[in-house]
Amino acid sequence: MSTPRKAVVARDLTRRFGDFTAVDAISFEVAQGEVFGFLGANGAGKTTAIRMLTGLLGPTSGSAEVAGHDVGREPELVKRAIGYMSQRFSLYEDLTVRENITLFAGIYGLSDLEIRRRTEDLLERLQLGPQAGSLVRSLPLGWRQKLAFSVALVHGPAVVFLDEPTGGVDPITRRQFWEMIYQAAAEGTTVFVTTHYMDEAEYCDRLSIMVDGRIAAIGTPAEVKREFDAESIEDAFVQLVRPEATP
Amino acid sequence: MTRVDVAVQGLRKSFGDTLALDGIDLEIRSGELFGFLGPDGAGKTTLLRILATLMRPDEGTARVLDRDVVRDMWELRRLVGYMPGRFSLYPDLTVEENLRFFATAFGTTVEKQYEVIAPIYRQIEPFKTRRAGALSGGMKQKLALSCALVHRPEILLLDEPTTGVDAVSRREFWDLLADMRAGGLTIVVSTPYMDEADRCDRVALVQRGRTLAIDPPGEIVARYPLPLLAVKGGDRPGLLRELRDFPHVHSAFPFGETLHYADNRTGGDPAGIAGELTAYLTKRGLPEAVVVPETPGIEDAFMLLMVTADGPDLAGGAA
Repeated sequence: MSTPRKAVVARDLTRRFGDFTAVDAISFEVAQGEVFGFLGANGAGKTTAIRMLTGLLGPTSGSAEVAGHDVGREPELVKRAIGYMSQRFSLYEDLTVRENITLFAGIYGLSDLEIRRRTEDLLERLQLGPQAGSLVRSLPLGWRQKLAFSVALVHGPAVVFLDEPTGGVDPITRRQFWEMIYQAAAEGTTVFVTTHYMDEAEYCDRLSIMVDGRIAAIGTPAEVKREFDAESIEDAFVQLVRPEATP
Repeated sequence: MTRVDVAVQGLRKSFGDTLALDGIDLEIRSGELFGFLGPDGAGKTTLLRILATLMRPDEGTARVLDRDVVRDMWELRRLVGYMPGRFSLYPDLTVEENLRFFATAFGTTVEKQYEVIAPIYRQIEPFKTRRAGALSGGMKQKLALSCALVHRPEILLLDEPTTGVDAVSRREFWDLLADMRAGGLTIVVSTPYMDEADRCDRVALVQRGRTLAIDPPGEIVARYPLPLLAVKGGDRPGLLRELRDFPHVHSAFPFGETLHYADNRTGGDPAGIAGELTAYLTKRGLPEAVVVPETPGIEDAFMLLMVTADGPDLAGGAA
């Protein structure tokens, strides 16, 4: 399998539910190793777009390739090539730290040898060795989120999707989490991330802002701010989402 | 003298081995818009549930509107408006049916209380025949708030009303709260979003079941003791690494488009330190770095208080 230069390529990607168009012909590209922020108001179509990009929902029209696989025709290959983590579901709380890692590594089809190797490697990296036998439920939320991110990377995916990974996390852990994101990106993993923290939008290499099913802005944080003559991404966001509220 | 609407003393609550509240003391004055700020697991929900009489403390006392949350529970329930963090309305009932249900449970009617709920309810009234389960997130939130207000409570307790809500809708929700506060209602809100502190008269910063500070956000920030500088320009990970290597570093963290560098020389001159840092970063191969004194925000203050409370293992940055 050749490594695609683009980790995500969407072409007129569209999804309708009845007569409602949730995602309306969006086109964009994300480069390998990029940290890409996927922003938008509630109900703008982000979740539907992510479900299509992760192979969980077929497009109505248009197409998208993720890690070199077509999301409509090869959803199972897409699922194997990506990692996914959300705020709501990420780990099994009633399993131990070690059990969670081996479970997910097994689901992704790693060999027993690989599973053992990666489990030890991951425990060491996170300095969670002493907690390996503890139930995930007993870990502080911040640690759970760091572990969940590592587990989403356990099979070495080309792209990892993070859906509000830092919601409710304390301000220090939130920043440590972003340093993990940078590290994953530096190692070549493409990071596709949603967030409601506007300061985190500034940490992305590039970002897009969805409004009513379409991509209303896309570029580096500096480009987006310049385009909207905005001091911050939050200002640009407000202008796009509530144009009537802008003087 | 201003009336005290909430008085909490020595409040403790555990769930099995988990200590949710570890000795909370605070007072909330009548007419205040008061915020509990802290991450998930800090104890915010437990505290609000105790104030709403839905849970009993293990130790300590809590009085709301001069009534004890345990002894005067039934009386208090009529006076308190509570909006839980999770959507807790009946998804199979319509907007209007939900509202009528809550009004009836409190022995009143929507018509009688219309004026109280109107500023919020009017925004969802066009959808009053829609099932609550089919509403968008923002509309669910407005319905839940209408239901919490329909019995004309004297104090409103809102558990994370803005969690998972986009930045614009969050602003609009806080505008609504500001209007209600102007009408004289006492409002207690919990939130994990530090930037919402500025919308509160006073805040309690909460972490691991304790309060780190209780004051107007401006005063908490004004007490920030360390010289703080904003650094940008050039390779971010490189800047972070070098800043953390600087002999006088207290902490260095990304903050939006800049990095915040806190110096451990309490009371030091920020302008002088900016010059020192610029020279240091240039020597370390980062000549394009721009260093300027920065005004601390509530998040800087929270992070410093967290580290002080938890010990030095959290300082610095990367795990």
